[in-house]
Amino acid sequence: MAKVKRSPWLLHYDGSSCNGCDIEVLACLTPVYDAERFGIQNTGDPMQADILLITGGINAQNQAVVKQLYDQMPRPKVVVAVGVCACTGGVFKDTYNILGGADTTVPVDIYVPGCAARPQAIIDGIVKAVELFQMHMDNHEEFLKNPDEYMRKNHPEVELKKGDE
Amino acid sequence: MIDILIRVIIFLVAAPILGGLLDGLDRIISARMQGRIGPPLLQPFYDVSKLFQKQTIAVSKSQSLLIQMFFFTQIFTGCLFMAGFDIMLCFFILSTGATFLVFAGAVTHSPYSSMGASRELLQMLSYEPAILMTCLGFYLAAGTFKVEELVLSDYSLIVYLPGFFVAYVFSLTIKMRKSPFDLSTSHHPHQELVKGITTEIGSRNLAFYFITEWYENIFLLGVVALFIINKNPWSILAAVIVVLLICFLETLIDNTSARMKWDKMLTLTWIVTLVSAGTNLLVLMLIK
Ligand code: SF4
Repeated sequence: MAKVKRSPWLLHYDGSSCNGCDIEVLACLTPVYDAERFGIQNTGDPMQADILLITGGINAQNQAVVKQLYDQMPRPKVVVAVGVCACTGGVFKDTYNILGGADTTVPVDIYVPGCAARPQAIIDGIVKAVELFQMHMDNHEEFLKNPDEYMRKNHPEVELKKGDE
Repeated sequence: MIDILIRVIIFLVAAPILGGLLDGLDRIISARMQGRIGPPLLQPFYDVSKLFQKQTIAVSKSQSLLIQMFFFTQIFTGCLFMAGFDIMLCFFILSTGATFLVFAGAVTHSPYSSMGASRELLQMLSYEPAILMTCLGFYLAAGTFKVEELVLSDYSLIVYLPGFFVAYVFSLTIKMRKSPFDLSTSHHPHQELVKGITTEIGSRNLAFYFITEWYENIFLLGVVALFIINKNPWSILAAVIVVLLICFLETLIDNTSARMKWDKMLTLTWIVTLVSAGTNLLVLMLIK
């Protein structure tokens, strides 16, 4: 089980960011910070991703895209919002087309503040996300063993659909 | 009979371990070439064990079945090879198995994996002549297609087949899906091709795909070793060294070249095959 957290694959989605945060995210993967040391890979494929990393706020046009990406990721998954824009909408908050932070559309687990978020902070956020991912994974095992039981115990409010794993 | 069984069992157990370690080594060496430290050696195993534990989402029902067919045929190829059967048969089964992967990519109807699937077909078209020529070369040099007799020849077959060796190693880059021939699945997925043929393959199916790739790579490197091994047991050591050198060469090429267009790949591979393997073939026919 301990192995799981050694292989988090990221899906980086650029919402309506100014690209400042994106450049910092990419900086994490360069030789200076070398996130691959921790098994972190930047994949562009939601089907293979574990952690969704969103930079920039949500606007009317990308809301559907973010939702779609989130839905395509197999469980367990973790969402990280990088930069104040993704956390709350940031400096663009009051713009006519911005709906707000990433949490207006998908459930965000980890917020990494900063404008732009520093690579150190981003890696910290990812490490936190990996811990959370591991927790979900352990619960996922329990969930798989007996979905009905697990849902009744932990999420009595959710009705389990047929065909859900 | 018993010794065949033992060899096959050793292959079944050792090939994925060796394949995974080679993959890990490849990632570390690549990272060092880029001035990074790189992941731990066992990273590929961590990845696969994680993938097995994730929720399986298959875009199409047949996809899982097709991936499993791909998995079994590739392993079967390796088993036949280790059991000492006909090398020609091994390669035909390998190619048959590869078409399952193409189908697995095509059934999803995603533009990326469809594009990857058609490119995979083009890749097959490129390397197939080199591989058939290699089989032919083995026959002309040793008078047999049987792997168990090929390994017992008096001299290393590379003495007769240097041109075939070049053609085979060249096509190995395509077969291992390394840059500049990573047309069907890009190695680094944040690119225009996303993950090519494997874009819609996730979780357990992707884990199967990785393990299949390890088996396949070990088989392909086994054929490299076949060029070197002769009846002297020390030749096995030489074969291991050559295989490791070839692996390093593949990593080097992978890190120093950009992806080619398919038409260039096709002409280049065919030219290399025709010139090096073809010349070798003519010479071999004259002296033999
Ligand atoms: S948080 Fe700052 S740097 Fe990041 S996307 Fe927003 S405005 Fe740009």
